[in-house]
Amino acid sequence: MTSGLSILNLRVNVSATGNDIVDEIDLKIQKGRVTGLVGESGSGKTTVGLAVLGHARRGVEIVQGEIYCDDTDVLNLDEGSKREIRGSLVSYVPQDPTSSLNPALRIGVQILEVLETHNFGGSDQARRVRVREMMAEVLLPSDDEYLERYPHQLSGGQQQRVVLAMAFACRPAVIVLDEPTTGLDVSTQEHVLKTIRNLSSQHGVAALYITHDLAVVSELADDVAVMYAGRIIEQGSAYDIFNNPSHPYTRHLVAAAPDIAGEQQIVGLAGRAPSPGKRPNGCAFSVRCESVTDDCLGQFPQSVSISQSHFARCINIRKSETSAKPESIKLVKKASSNTVLELRNISAGYGGQSVVEEISLILGRGQCLALVGESGSGKTTVARCIGGLHTEWSGEIFLNNEKLNRGSRQRRIEQRLGIQYIFQNPYGSLNPRRTVGDSIIRPLIISGSTGSTVKKELNEVLEKVSLPSAYSDKFPDQLSGGERQRVAIARALISRPDVLVCDEITSALDVLVQAAVVDLLATLQRDLGLAILFITHNLPLVRSIADEVAVMSDGKVVEFGDTATVIGHPVQEYTQRLISATPSIARSSK
Amino acid sequence: MIATSSDRPVGLVRKALKLRRTKIGLSILIGVGLMAIVGPFFAPHTQTEFIDMPNSLNIPGALFGTDYLGQDVWSRFLIGGRSILLLSLGATTLGLIAGISLGLLAALSKGKTDELIMRIFDVILSFPQILLALLLVSMFDASPWLTILSVGLSTTPRVGRVIRGAALSVVERDFVNAAIALGESRFRILFFEVLPNVTGPLLVEANLRFTYSIATIASLAFLGFAPDPSAANWGTMIQENSTVIVIQPWGAVLPVIAIAVLTIGTGLFGDGLARVSAGIDRGKESVEQ
Amino acid sequence: MPIIKFISRRLGLGVVTLFAVSLLIFLVTQAFPSDPAQAILGRETTPESLDALRQELGLYRPAVTQFSDWLIGILHGDFGKSFVTQMQISEYIAPRVGNSLFLMVVGAFLSVPLSVAIGAFSALRRDRKFDTISSTTSLILAAIPEFVMGTALILFFSTSIFHVLPAITLIDAGAAPWSDPSGVVLPILTLVLAVTPYVSRTMRASMVEILESDYVEMARLKGMSERVVLIRHALPNALGPVFQVIALNLAYLAGGTVIVERLFNYPGIGSALADSVRARDLPVIQFLALMIAGVYVLMNLVADVATVLATPRLRTSLK
Repeated sequence: MTSGLSILNLRVNVSATGNDIVDEIDLKIQKGRVTGLVGESGSGKTTVGLAVLGHARRGVEIVQGEIYCDDTDVLNLDEGSKREIRGSLVSYVPQDPTSSLNPALRIGVQILEVLETHNFGGSDQARRVRVREMMAEVLLPSDDEYLERYPHQLSGGQQQRVVLAMAFACRPAVIVLDEPTTGLDVSTQEHVLKTIRNLSSQHGVAALYITHDLAVVSELADDVAVMYAGRIIEQGSAYDIFNNPSHPYTRHLVAAAPDIAGEQQIVGLAGRAPSPGKRPNGCAFSVRCESVTDDCLGQFPQSVSISQSHFARCINIRKSETSAKPESIKLVKKASSNTVLELRNISAGYGGQSVVEEISLILGRGQCLALVGESGSGKTTVARCIGGLHTEWSGEIFLNNEKLNRGSRQRRIEQRLGIQYIFQNPYGSLNPRRTVGDSIIRPLIISGSTGSTVKKELNEVLEKVSLPSAYSDKFPDQLSGGERQRVAIARALISRPDVLVCDEITSALDVLVQAAVVDLLATLQRDLGLAILFITHNLPLVRSIADEVAVMSDGKVVEFGDTATVIGHPVQEYTQRLISATPSIARSSK
Repeated sequence: MIATSSDRPVGLVRKALKLRRTKIGLSILIGVGLMAIVGPFFAPHTQTEFIDMPNSLNIPGALFGTDYLGQDVWSRFLIGGRSILLLSLGATTLGLIAGISLGLLAALSKGKTDELIMRIFDVILSFPQILLALLLVSMFDASPWLTILSVGLSTTPRVGRVIRGAALSVVERDFVNAAIALGESRFRILFFEVLPNVTGPLLVEANLRFTYSIATIASLAFLGFAPDPSAANWGTMIQENSTVIVIQPWGAVLPVIAIAVLTIGTGLFGDGLARVSAGIDRGKESVEQ
Repeated sequence: MPIIKFISRRLGLGVVTLFAVSLLIFLVTQAFPSDPAQAILGRETTPESLDALRQELGLYRPAVTQFSDWLIGILHGDFGKSFVTQMQISEYIAPRVGNSLFLMVVGAFLSVPLSVAIGAFSALRRDRKFDTISSTTSLILAAIPEFVMGTALILFFSTSIFHVLPAITLIDAGAAPWSDPSGVVLPILTLVLAVTPYVSRTMRASMVEILESDYVEMARLKGMSERVVLIRHALPNALGPVFQVIALNLAYLAGGTVIVERLFNYPGIGSALADSVRARDLPVIQFLALMIAGVYVLMNLVADVATVLATPRLRTSLK
């Protein structure tokens, strides 16, 4: 057995039903190397990660397989010995540092207790030195005052560094990182990734990096394993995966990932991954696969070797290789002679604290303007002022050359319907106790339409967002995230608005779904001549949809111009930093 | 009483009824409720009729003997549940209507209105339920309306706080913002957007409050403050007959069993609701990972 | 010190609440009844005695003066005189306060540790036998009104079934409650049975949530033993929400004893309240209601402060 991590034929079941969550997992990681484990939510990646520590969550059990960390056979240890290796031989970095650090204990204590538990260094003195050493390694202050802080007194990025310090403190041989940068700003993410990379190579650790974000993987990982429905369906070097994706699913993932470096158009994929117990016979991806044949339906395909270190589980690899041609969704840029929405010197704040300062923007008919910034830059506040949801603002907003009042209640009905707001989270923006159809037609009812007109408009608008008309009787919780966001778009469209305000509308969605929603929005914009204000923190996404970009920082627009110029040749230092901090898929290098 | 704009609340009860405790609770509720409502029609004697020597057992025609005044224990038992049940229902309904309205209003308006409502709630909450009821009956003549009013009043802030708490997170969600952006009226937002989303906690709380109303109203009767002190009432019966419990236990034992069984029934039913509703409202998704 | 500032701010709020409480008591008992004197004396009375009582109550003064005089009297330690016994209220109440306090403190000392232990253990044994039994039992016990529970206990322990304990307490208001130990067993048992289910259920719920939390999983994945995970990571965080419920139940012990004291004929403030309500002894009713509500307000304050002190996130965000 070589040193590092090896997983052999792992299977984990739901105890109650005996259905597998993951099965036939084989994975080897050598010391000093990073393997990215990629998949959509629900694909079983966290289950694999936890199994490496011999741990299974409540209601779930590891039923088969072998896992070796260095030469230790993890799954055959008794509970006491498993405890001994956890945190020392193999450690875990969870997704959400805020909930994973004990709110009642000081951070110094929490790092120290790992060392104490495993009797690291032999003496208290040595352990205290080690704590400071680790703080320095993750680039945090190591003075007493800082060590005595509680987790909530740290930012998200700092908390994640503390967790990293904890994970690396006992010099583990294997480390499992479970989406450690989700929820962090790009610049914070960049720092954390850098720290992870440095620590892994310095300490010669075998790192399993679990994520749904391909761009991050391409920055960090040496090898990549792609999971779908509880199986690893493709595995190879990062270069192979990004430049020669062989499984149809991987090709979709790579095509769907927005990319800041290239002109690549993003392409979506309908449907969602089947959950445990509902997986079809044969290849689990067959339901969504465009090159499916009858042979796919018998049993899960065996591994096919593409090159020496590159495998995929698909029987149609050669045949389907050529069918991955991303469909262009390039926006038609229209000349905007008449302005639809104009913001003049908008300042806004909360309780006297200023968040937005003197912003002016112009949006023409049929135009898409992206408002980009990190969290706290004030971009959502601007959107809420436009929608009349936030009333603490000064300046002027014009819709079709008419000045708007502050709150939505003070605006005329056609003004309220003329600007439609689409919210970030489709799980929150639809009333769960109301059918989809009822939610969609509300704007029409308010404007006084009745009976057959409403029915007709409802069917039309559902068709526009590519949902079957039968969906109008469903409840939101019967829909997937992407479908819900389509419903929210339908609700916004039904009153034939002039302006759509899209507030981070794809950030709660998986990449494939995100691509499909953006695709839809672009089509609608082209067909209906809508003006869109597209608010996001995701610069790569902007490239695929916007005509113009305004970059916000600290409540001000710091840079403005057409999309290609702003992203290709940013003038402001802030924009440059934002762009360079965004991970990028290296499609042709590496 | 409660606006139901979709089939979800019904779904909650139906789902809860799959649990054994809910089934047992509901059967008890129906059984004891039915007995209390139709019982009076089967009473062999009137509630104040003297039939034999006080505190005697083994009297032909009187199943459980006579009480401390020589009245028929069995008849008084059959009659004595109705007023407790009806008064509790009345008080709970009053408390729910007032509590829901104020709680929703507080959650949506925030700021000063919210603060004022919560402070008023705090003041009322400083009185144990039984104390507030005692305070009212101390200076006014006891009547069914006074009982309903006093118990309903002390129920209001308890319901109100739960509803406000549940509604606060709903109010923050974007579908409420979407309604505000459309300019929907405040009333519509409260009762058609927000209320249907707090039916889980509401049902649980309504049931809990019903249990407590029964306890408080029966306790008032036990302390001697029933609307009509000479009328048959389970609480009054326990008080009257507990001193002679050694010679004639039935006068106290029957109502003790009835009240205990009834409140255990509502308790079980409510616990079933609570379990299911916690699952639903937390938006539990299918087994992830 | 931010914590001192917080406590004094909270204290100020408590005083305001108490003021509102006293106003409510006054309104309900003295201002809303069209004629409290009539209410007290009933229908069959002479105009002379009505007039005398109105004089004594000071009902001829304006309502605002009546209220302020009452409040100022209380602030000066002058609680007024009972109509029925003609004793000073302070004299009448003092020994009974001791008795009630005895019930409350002993009840609390027995039920709080017991319920925290039961709750925590149930959470650890979640869905296993102990949990099922204790959860069902506490569910049933919580539902039963305490006078029903008390009567059942009397039936069980003081009548033909087991005649081991007296059905009522035979002590004078002046004597110490522990002078008749067997007489206080049933009242205390009733209180413990009334309080324990609530606290243990809250403790269980809180503990279950904490045990499912990410940081407890993290602590396990750091290789810490189950005992350390529990004592160091789970318990301190689980106790926070329980404080509120404990305080509420202690306050309940102060007011809810009305029923229990009445049932067992125990000479405390609860039975004094029931007596004075029956006799419509207005000054005593007013004072006792204010006192019991005062305990409530105080307990809530203590709970709030304890929660803040025990939760670093709250403690450090004090300004």
